[in-house]
Amino acid sequence: MEWFLANLPYVLELTWLHWFQSALPLVLGLAASLPLGYLAWRIHAIRGLILSLSSVLYTIPSLALFVILPVILGTGILEMSNLIVALTVYTVALLVRSVVDALESVDDGVRQAAAAMGYRPVRRFFQVDLPLCIPVLVAGLRVASVSNISVASVGALIGVPNLGFLFTDGLLRNFMTEIVVGILMTLVLAALMDLLLVVLERVLTPWLRRRRGTDGSNTLARGGPGTEWEAGGGAAVQNRIGPEQRPDAARAAVRG
Amino acid sequence: MVEFREVTKTYAGQPAVHDLTLDIERGAITVFVGPSGCGKTTSLRMINRMVEPTAGSVLVDGQDVSAQPAAALRRSMGYVMQSSGLLPHRTVLDNVATVPRLNGMRRMAARKRAEELLAVVGLAQELGNRYPAQLSGGQQQRVGVARALAADPPILLMDEPFSAVDPVVRAELQQELLRLQQHLAKTIVFVTHDIDEATILGDKLAVFATGGRLAQFGTPEEVLRAPVDEFVAGFVGRDRGFRSLSFNNAAGLTLLPAATATADRAAEAPAEGWLLLTNDGGGPAGWLPPGQRDPAKALIGGSLFTLGSSLRQALDAALSSPSGAGVAIDADGRVAGLIEPSAVLQRLRADGN
Ligand SMILES: Nc1ncnc2c1ncn2[C@@H]1O[C@H](COP(=O)(O)OP(=O)(O)OP(=O)(O)O)[C@@H](O)[C@H]1O
Ligand SMILES: [Mg+2]
Repeated sequence: MEWFLANLPYVLELTWLHWFQSALPLVLGLAASLPLGYLAWRIHAIRGLILSLSSVLYTIPSLALFVILPVILGTGILEMSNLIVALTVYTVALLVRSVVDALESVDDGVRQAAAAMGYRPVRRFFQVDLPLCIPVLVAGLRVASVSNISVASVGALIGVPNLGFLFTDGLLRNFMTEIVVGILMTLVLAALMDLLLVVLERVLTPWLRRRRGTDGSNTLARGGPGTEWEAGGGAAVQNRIGPEQRPDAARAAVRG
Repeated sequence: MVEFREVTKTYAGQPAVHDLTLDIERGAITVFVGPSGCGKTTSLRMINRMVEPTAGSVLVDGQDVSAQPAAALRRSMGYVMQSSGLLPHRTVLDNVATVPRLNGMRRMAARKRAEELLAVVGLAQELGNRYPAQLSGGQQQRVGVARALAADPPILLMDEPFSAVDPVVRAELQQELLRLQQHLAKTIVFVTHDIDEATILGDKLAVFATGGRLAQFGTPEEVLRAPVDEFVAGFVGRDRGFRSLSFNNAAGLTLLPAATATADRAAEAPAEGWLLLTNDGGGPAGWLPPGQRDPAKALIGGSLFTLGSSLRQALDAALSSPSGAGVAIDADGRVAGLIEPSAVLQRLRADGN
């Protein structure tokens, strides 16, 4: 605890870096997964290919990716961009499937109705499909967020400063407190990030919170029970006389 | 207005619509009716290019629709579907405002237009800020109609718009549509598999048979009275004789005088025969059997026949009345007389059918 308080600014800086390194790939990954997922969803022939490719990507060990990327990208081995790119790759691997699932989750009747009203495909995607995808999409983002926060720690091994550094350093110095602080801060960060995503989802999907039943005034006026004086059309207006519910054969516009 | 020219649509070799040639009149309601899977929806969707014909062409105002950009074509036609057609993430007002917005109208102006339309279809303004899931099925369908009308298109395509609501609301919506149509005079193509709905709404019926064949095209009266083949006869049903009475005007029907009394004077009425109770406005309020003169024991009446409506109504009033005589009322709802079933049959013989 003392160590934590004494090093608070340092720990907070690492936390901030850690957050940045895992959140930015989330945004970049989402931006890349949307078109990829859309293509996979739209074109059946390439769906299998894209989905299995993304699964394969996710199985590449993170350390291996950190080592290979500088070679591919021509970046220095210790640069933060390697980590960002690696995590973006993982995010894409996770999210492409979410995007496909999310698009599948949209009611086809709604999509058809939008087309029938004269939406062109691009506008329809952004104004109809995308908003309706949000719940499934956020579920995917929450998984990716946790995954990024945990994998980012490995970045410390290749010298990128973040909370993972507390593990390597604590291990090196055989200093338990530092490791525990690292673990706790990672957990707190993951929880806060998850909370942020949940709040974001709620803000972006107001229609899911307002369900019917909040007030009971939404039934149409209609003939009550025992409507034996049939009205052939229009609202069956029934006046009741007395407590015995005797129908008063009021005027009923009877039509053929 | 809308013309099908030898239109065929096949899915994997199976015809969904077979060689359809049909002229849909301007300003009238044309109903596509037929059993499930006979190609009604497919035909409807070829009008706004949601489905492209395999062969033949569809013309709107003499122009082949395939030559027009799909999105613009669709915005020039209102489309109402069975259910789930509303955008769940948009409020009622924004749903109704959709097509004007797509056409480039400013948001405020489009919402203003949407507010007017809610009134037109009989929805309270405060529903405007609800989401579709917060509405009853009947209200949702009204919103669907309002949305289809928003850009004031000359053509309305309606695919079983009322089939997911209960019979009472359904009848309401049908009457509402007829009322609207009186002012709007749109060209409406309406799909249903319910022959009753078809005869109530249709100026013309197109009866589809399995295999996507157009079996008969004519007025409801023609279809009910003179089905062209076994298929149409079977489809319009066994009670088509009774149903076709709706085309017989009941003018000249013999009415019998009714023994009536208000509830407070029932005790003074003669004890023999059925007594029809009336309310203060002179409207029917229940039947008292012979010998029974306690107003609290009155029997609920049958359906009512309004003077000037059809023989179907008259016969139904007679058949559904506990006393065996139907109650006829005038336009103000006052008891005008009684109808004996035999009087209806007599009237029918005089008509010669
Ligand atoms: N996209 C499609 N792919 C393959 N077959 C189809 C497709 N759409 C329709 N069909 C087939 O075409 C035929 C006509 O379908 P359609 O939807 O037009 O029938 P319908 O008359 O509207 O029936 P319902 O009353 O059940 O709505 C059916 O046999 C259906 O299975
Ligand atoms: Mg259909």
